[in-house]
Amino acid sequence: MMAIFFAVLQRDLRLAWRKPAEAATGVMFFIIVASLFPLAVNPDPVVLRGFAPGVLWVSVLLACLLSLPRVFALDYVDGALEQIMIAPQPLSLIVLAKVAAHWLTATLPIVLLSPLLGMLYGLDSHGLIVLAGSLLLGTPTLSLLGGIGAALTLGARGGGVLLSVLVLPLYIPVLIFGAGAVVASQAGLGVQAHFSLLGACFLLSFVLAPWAIAAALKIVME
Amino acid sequence: MLFTDLAFTLSPGDLLYVTGENGAGKSSLLRILAGLLTPEDGEVLWDGADIRGHGVQYRQSLLFLSHLNGLKDDLSVAENLSFAVRLTEGSVQPERIAQALNAVNLQPYLNERVGGLSQGQRRRVTLARLWLSRARVWLLDEPFVALDAASVEILKGRILQHLQDGGMTVLTTHQEVAIPAERVHRLKIA
Repeated sequence: MMAIFFAVLQRDLRLAWRKPAEAATGVMFFIIVASLFPLAVNPDPVVLRGFAPGVLWVSVLLACLLSLPRVFALDYVDGALEQIMIAPQPLSLIVLAKVAAHWLTATLPIVLLSPLLGMLYGLDSHGLIVLAGSLLLGTPTLSLLGGIGAALTLGARGGGVLLSVLVLPLYIPVLIFGAGAVVASQAGLGVQAHFSLLGACFLLSFVLAPWAIAAALKIVME
Repeated sequence: MLFTDLAFTLSPGDLLYVTGENGAGKSSLLRILAGLLTPEDGEVLWDGADIRGHGVQYRQSLLFLSHLNGLKDDLSVAENLSFAVRLTEGSVQPERIAQALNAVNLQPYLNERVGGLSQGQRRRVTLARLWLSRARVWLLDEPFVALDAASVEILKGRILQHLQDGGMTVLTTHQEVAIPAERVHRLKIA
């Protein structure tokens, strides 16, 4: 049964590898947005450090949102999605593979780059580690929840805006706990509670989102 | 409402032509048979059981080629076909893919990206799945569109062979393509 998971993962990674510009769009967006803030607001390091957790986390959120429609849209247009839907394979496992491929290609590079941009805001080494760690634990949840929105808005006119309206409210807990972890580390407090909550969010969405995405796709294909 | 009072039964070896004007609902009927659409009323039975309840068994016996080719432009012909087979039947030997492409005269394009092929060639890549499939039920939406005369003959031969092997085929068409099968049914959607 896991064979189909890896087959879909391999296919989507291969597709992303052959169109690197598409996967890079979100990453470039993140770099640009995150570098605009130090230029626009007070360049005082103390002020910037205060801004950093919120601004960086919101930038990641928006970058993630930008790349989400691609998870299913291309397969929907060229008919690959209907072949996936009628296959005698568990649909939730296939969509999990697609979301995993999306996270690996569109979001993981952002997580890896985040310490560099954190330095722009004058975060200390501990803050950088906590930032990267909170993103590493929080972004898979963003991809999983976003997948539900991407599936529901398939084929809808103005799907991108609709997707933001649907998905952004769901991102609020992840944003609070993720940015909160960095704020706590700056204040010299423990981050374990925030990380535990991020982990709980991930586990919950890992169990429920694939099933919800599969259900959403079935509704949309009707 | 596209159609009402529609009923038919297919047995092994049966060929069903679905004809009708544009927009009559031929493709919708095929999508209902494939389980992608739910009919407003009525049911589709496979071996006497509703396909919505016994989906996996039915889908293992099903091959549905819609008017969309379902091919990824950035994957090669071989990669597209091997993924299609993995979705339905598990792994596939590369030789079988080469044989299938040979059957539709596309062997030189084995490692070409689909994005570089013409419309007719893409259609033939999709149709190569008929040589890879072990499914008993074939649902083919306008399979002869965009094909040259030689390819139409090859495809007719493959469908006939499938029927003789005890398979069933439902195909929509607006051009009359005679397949010399033993049991041919016609369904005209008004």
